[in-house]
Amino acid sequence: MLRYKLPPWLLLLLPAIVVLLAVVMLPLLLSLYSSFTSYRLTRPDSITNWIGLYNYEKALTDAKFWAAFGRTVLLLTVALNLEMLLGLGLALLVSKVTHGQRALRTMMMFPMMFSPVLVGFQFKFIFNDNVGLVNNALQSLGITQTAIPWLVDGNLAMFSIIFAEVWTSTSVFAILILAGLYAIPKDPLEAAKVDGCTSWQTFRHITLPFVMPFIYIAMAIRSLDVARAYDIVQIMTNGGPARRTELLWTLIGRTGYVDAKMGYANAMGYTSIFLAIFFTVYFFRKLTTARTELGMGG
Amino acid sequence: MAEVHLEKVVKKYGSFQVVHGIDLEIAHNEFVVFVGPSGCGKSTTLRMIAGLESISGGNIRIGDRVVNDLPPRSRNISMVFQNYALYPHMTVRENLGFSLKIANKPQAEIEAAVNEAAEILSLTPLMDRRPAELSGGQRQRVAMGRAIVRHPDVFLFDEPLSNLDAKLRNQMRVEIKKLHAKIKTTIIYVTHDQVEAMTLADRIVIMRNGHIEQQGTPLDVFTNPVNTFVATFIGSPPMNLIDGTVEAGHVVFSDGSRLPVPPRYAASEGQKVQFGVRADNIMPIGHALPPEEHMAELDMTVSLSEPLGTETILFGEISGTEVQAKMFNPRPVVPGERMRFQVTLDKCHLFDAESGHNLRV
Repeated sequence: MLRYKLPPWLLLLLPAIVVLLAVVMLPLLLSLYSSFTSYRLTRPDSITNWIGLYNYEKALTDAKFWAAFGRTVLLLTVALNLEMLLGLGLALLVSKVTHGQRALRTMMMFPMMFSPVLVGFQFKFIFNDNVGLVNNALQSLGITQTAIPWLVDGNLAMFSIIFAEVWTSTSVFAILILAGLYAIPKDPLEAAKVDGCTSWQTFRHITLPFVMPFIYIAMAIRSLDVARAYDIVQIMTNGGPARRTELLWTLIGRTGYVDAKMGYANAMGYTSIFLAIFFTVYFFRKLTTARTELGMGG
Repeated sequence: MAEVHLEKVVKKYGSFQVVHGIDLEIAHNEFVVFVGPSGCGKSTTLRMIAGLESISGGNIRIGDRVVNDLPPRSRNISMVFQNYALYPHMTVRENLGFSLKIANKPQAEIEAAVNEAAEILSLTPLMDRRPAELSGGQRQRVAMGRAIVRHPDVFLFDEPLSNLDAKLRNQMRVEIKKLHAKIKTTIIYVTHDQVEAMTLADRIVIMRNGHIEQQGTPLDVFTNPVNTFVATFIGSPPMNLIDGTVEAGHVVFSDGSRLPVPPRYAASEGQKVQFGVRADNIMPIGHALPPEEHMAELDMTVSLSEPLGTETILFGEISGTEVQAKMFNPRPVVPGERMRFQVTLDKCHLFDAESGHNLRV
């Protein structure tokens, strides 16, 4: 009897293929499909109700969506740049330390060891207008008499969130840039000194080009992180007050799980993924250019 | 355009002293080579002159300025590093012009200086490449070009050729010598290669353990080494040093063979000495260069021969010490052959066995 036999490569790959299909492809396709339906979690049968591009049209014309989108880009830009500058400064300082550098490096990573949810709770307390540390300190020092509404005022709340974000993640930049600083050969730095550079010029013309690839790697990693920011914001402000700290993913989460409009939430999700892809591609391009310039190969 | 003066220059790392009070005067336009084994303090001394290492004691003057506490950029020096130290993210043109750009020189002036340097070092076709796209020799030329565009008072070279292969090294050596003839600037050059030192230097400074052992013209240090260290360090193959005892105007070796005390040398009866003779001055009879005065003769069994074409190096042994001799107009030699050698006593040396000092009077 002739029996059909699978080619060995397919047979060997089959478990992986099955797992990937079940775990990744199926949910992905299902979510993509549901973004074309009026699927609501409370009415499971609505998943068959095909409405075409309606959800996408709605998202793209929704001011709330664009506000959240813009705020996410703002958070990305401000937080990433602040983290980069602070991380660079930290790394430069730590690289000059001669004694106890290991201990410092370890301490520098402490903020990364906490769950973002806990960090959110911590800063929610710190910035609380009644019992928070910041207001207490400001009032005890006599700087202000009023309770500053850190998490209630829209702009201050955004500031507080950025502060918490920077606190947790500056060390990502610091560690990666520090690795970059260690990798700089000593000779070009000395050559620059002999060529007449001041410390600032040496940094600007030699050190910085050498650490740029590392900065871009950190940027790429962190841009993905911040683009999906959810936990800290959810805990600290829950997107409030009155949606003034609403980010893409808090909006999408609320739409999907609170309002149960899963189809619409998926449509917004697919739209926002382009944001993450854009930043990743952008920073990897920059990374490749910087590496090529240093003769590290494309 | 400047002399360099080192006065009792000391370098310490903590309690560990690596340079022990060096005194040296380098004249304007002089090509001085620091040579010595690794760890002798030659690079450290150069880096102190450059300002890349602090000075623990003494004074360094360039021209009439004491530069001890000046940063490198205020010393008007330029330096060529062993690993080229090019800026990898800049093209050859940008590398060459970097120091001038930093000094805020006008664009036209930078261009002229860069083009001139490129011309001198034949870098013109490579101007838009990055260092990664250059060969070792080309990189070294860029490093030299970067040094000359500034017209510095002093050029410092820190083992610039040691990363190149032998052929390229010879070529670059000639280029450096030509460069010095063209640009007429004081050059201080560090190397561990005595051939480079001999061929390049106006004056060789031989260092060991943070001290200057001897300084002089290449010929001077070659013909009149002050001690056994210099005698074996300068010259290739190194000078043969044979242990012996002075007896009745002769140096007697432990195997019973003997050679007269060379002229102009004095040693007391019974003194333990080392007899120094270069391979060029101990030659098999019949295969020697034209005889000179004060010849002595000696038998030796040849254990090995290295034919080099115009000459053959013969390896023998006198009282347990390996001795290299040179055979001119060579013929094939069988290992184990016993030959009679003539020794040019005029060019031989006697060193005190204990201190290693040259015993010439």
